[in-house]
Amino acid sequence: MTQAHATTHDAHGHDDHGHAHDPNQAHHFESMEQQVASGKLGMWVFLATEILMFGGLFCAYAVWRARHFEAFEIGHKQLNTLMGFINTLVLIASSFTMAWAVRTAQLNKNKATAVLLALTFLGGCGFMTIKYFEYKAKWDHGIFVGEPWGHWNTFREEAKTELEAEKTATQLAPPTTGTPGLVNALPTPGKTPEGFIGADAAAADAHGHEAEAHAPPAAHGEGHEPAAEGESAHAAAGEHHIDPDDALKARTFFSIYFCMTGLHGLHVLVGMGLIAWIFFRALKGEFTETYNAPVDLVGLYWHLVDLIWIFLFPLLYLIS
Amino acid sequence: MTTTTTTTTAGLYDSEGQEKNYLNHSKGLWSWLTTLDHKRIGVMYMICVLSAFLLGGIFALLVRTEHLTGGETIMSAETYNRVFTLHGAVMVFLFIIPGIPAALGNFVMPIMLGTLDVVFPRLNLMSWYLWMTGGVFFVASLAFGGIDTGWTFYTPYSTTYSPYGPAIICALSGAFILGFSSILTGVNFLATMHMLRAKGMSWFQMPLFCWSLYATAIMQILATPVLAITLLLLIAERTLSIGIFDPSLGGDPVLFQHFFWFYSHPAVYIMILPAMGVVSDVIAVYSHKHIFGYKFIAFSSVAIALLGFLVWGHHLFVSGQSALLGTIFSLITFSIAIPTAIKVFNWLATMYKGSIDLKCAMLYAMSFIWVFSIGGLTGLHCAAIATDVHLHDTYFVVAHFHYVMVGGTVFGFLAGLHHWWPKIFGKMYDEFWGLVAWALVFIGFNLTFFPQFFMGAQGMPRRYWHYEPQFQAYHVASTIGAYMQGLGFVLLAGVLLYSLFAGKKAPRNPWGGTTLEWQTTSPPPLENFPHDEPPIVGDPYDFHAIEYKEELEGYVLVAAPAAHDAERSIVEEIVEGAEADSYGSRGN
Repeated sequence: MTQAHATTHDAHGHDDHGHAHDPNQAHHFESMEQQVASGKLGMWVFLATEILMFGGLFCAYAVWRARHFEAFEIGHKQLNTLMGFINTLVLIASSFTMAWAVRTAQLNKNKATAVLLALTFLGGCGFMTIKYFEYKAKWDHGIFVGEPWGHWNTFREEAKTELEAEKTATQLAPPTTGTPGLVNALPTPGKTPEGFIGADAAAADAHGHEAEAHAPPAAHGEGHEPAAEGESAHAAAGEHHIDPDDALKARTFFSIYFCMTGLHGLHVLVGMGLIAWIFFRALKGEFTETYNAPVDLVGLYWHLVDLIWIFLFPLLYLIS
Repeated sequence: MTTTTTTTTAGLYDSEGQEKNYLNHSKGLWSWLTTLDHKRIGVMYMICVLSAFLLGGIFALLVRTEHLTGGETIMSAETYNRVFTLHGAVMVFLFIIPGIPAALGNFVMPIMLGTLDVVFPRLNLMSWYLWMTGGVFFVASLAFGGIDTGWTFYTPYSTTYSPYGPAIICALSGAFILGFSSILTGVNFLATMHMLRAKGMSWFQMPLFCWSLYATAIMQILATPVLAITLLLLIAERTLSIGIFDPSLGGDPVLFQHFFWFYSHPAVYIMILPAMGVVSDVIAVYSHKHIFGYKFIAFSSVAIALLGFLVWGHHLFVSGQSALLGTIFSLITFSIAIPTAIKVFNWLATMYKGSIDLKCAMLYAMSFIWVFSIGGLTGLHCAAIATDVHLHDTYFVVAHFHYVMVGGTVFGFLAGLHHWWPKIFGKMYDEFWGLVAWALVFIGFNLTFFPQFFMGAQGMPRRYWHYEPQFQAYHVASTIGAYMQGLGFVLLAGVLLYSLFAGKKAPRNPWGGTTLEWQTTSPPPLENFPHDEPPIVGDPYDFHAIEYKEELEGYVLVAAPAAHDAERSIVEEIVEGAEADSYGSRGN
């Protein structure tokens, strides 16, 4: 740190030094090195705040996963691991081009820097495009977080009504005959209720989009009419019953999924904006051996965004 | 480069040959709104946070007036809920947290370091604009009907029960943006202290105010992002019902309390540490004596900052936290008393055998020690689990944290404001009326909050609109105290504002300060120090280096301050204690 001390009075005394200063040097710094070091320190500290911000989310994730592990079991199967994997590769590749761009900027190769930054930007675009299709698929299947737009709530209501109806049916029926519907409606913890998972490809094909999200009992068909049928229908549908509690829990998974990937996506967009900015500066040939801090700092930010995804991918897609 | 330099130099002097200062080197509102000068940004912050203080103060007086009688005095229970919520939210987010660092720190810290500006001047201005935006959101939440959740936004009030949805989202966004402003200030200050100390200034030649800002910056950087994500989740919960905190959606309301206090307990130290820094400097200056135990004070700030992260659970003793967790949090909370007490004893030791000047700033600093000690010691009652179960959510807690926040932070802020006022505006205020205002504020403050300890211990719950007749005497005393404080603050504002128009011109160093800001003119030039007089760096508390000059009505530097660090051996401290009467050189 000793080299980094500032004198106070060189602001109006640049000429005292007897050599030309880089025009990019702000007046309150004594030297370019000090300015670069300051920028880097500031960026690292800022990245620390980013990590803590995501840290809050990871903490919520940990609490929820411990508490609703079935929900994560049910929920993560809805995700397309291949898409997540491709996205991981895309981001790592873009981090590589970014790091390369930092190097070329230091070597005063503005053209190469611009090309590499463009590639990095395309990487970001690719990531967001794949993410868009993933979100779109979830959206189409009615998997979203909230009541205003999502179908979870109506689904929950339907399932509840169904359960109520079954309870009534059970009360009406003589206890000795047995009621498979009720038994299956209250699955033991850890047991994944069939039908809901939607991993069953046949069911998904049969019922279209809705089926994949929360495959309704076969006997209910597309109409999804709650509990209007008689007891026999329930008995048939018994093993495909959906526990409303599980629906709720999977929603828990998707709440945290959308929060985490959404916030991360926002950071990717910000990063792309920054990359576009330094791309145009590189086109203008602004970076030199001594002045390349913006590329360096944007690079640091981009690597952090990448790194967060490296954590998100296994935590959301690869759990079991 | 040469041509620009010449024009700059030519522009350094006004028509009377006086060097221009930061206030008059350029004119017009626009030159302020686009300034990158840390001093102007500090002054803008000061105007804004004091306006917020006024707003919060008006809400406080409304609350106290309502409590003159049990039941309805001037407002309904619903209105009361919104008024006390806004009192808390405005005071905490708009005034206390940014108050000392962003207003006083911004102005003083770079000058204390002998540098031109903070490391990132644009970020500095941006943080002010973010503050303004956050403030607008807060005020806008009033237009949507106000918030009634308490300043803590506890779930499920904020997620489910409060009918003022848009207002809550508005206030949460406001707090989020204010958090950003706070983070930027923290990043900026921390990097400035690392990178821009004057040539030759070691870490241990930084004034203690800077050390306290350093510790504050650590907390702003590490704690605030967690609040940011918490508020975002809360907004998402309210708008999209994602259910992180709502039990009916599988969430956990206590998780919110953990998240919230993980920020907000360190935030308590974000509020108090800068005040402790101000007090450390003020006490040394007005005792005309080297600070006692420099490194202890410096490192106790850092210790408080670090321990402050590990105590949030003491807000959750009655929230269903396990007994083991409660015990651990209780123990760590007790341990924070150690670095705090180290500071208090060092201040007392600094004053011991000093030549004490009972100026306004010193009176506020001494009141700080008194009031903060009461606040701190009653904190121990609350930190003990068994007593806290009884005291939790009563007026005892209200009194405790007002003793810490108002008695601590506000008194520290006022000490600093009086101390640096001549430096900031170049005018001397009237000491006598300043003293009267201090007396009103100090007595009024104690009258307001001391009775609340009794009330709380007897079971008066906080945030209640109605109360039993047995509490009325306390409430009335408290309200009278609040009016007295209000009067004191109005008088104080009058005294300071009057000085701007009719005050005597301030000398460079009216109080006998030894830190670098007293080496420059009052007010300082744009580039902080006159261009032919670079600051002379050394021990920031070397009172041998200055002498009082009758004709200037102020002190001047007569020798270079000692070149060693500010920390000295115990022997030196004792020798100086014996010599103490011989310097300070005012003969009083």
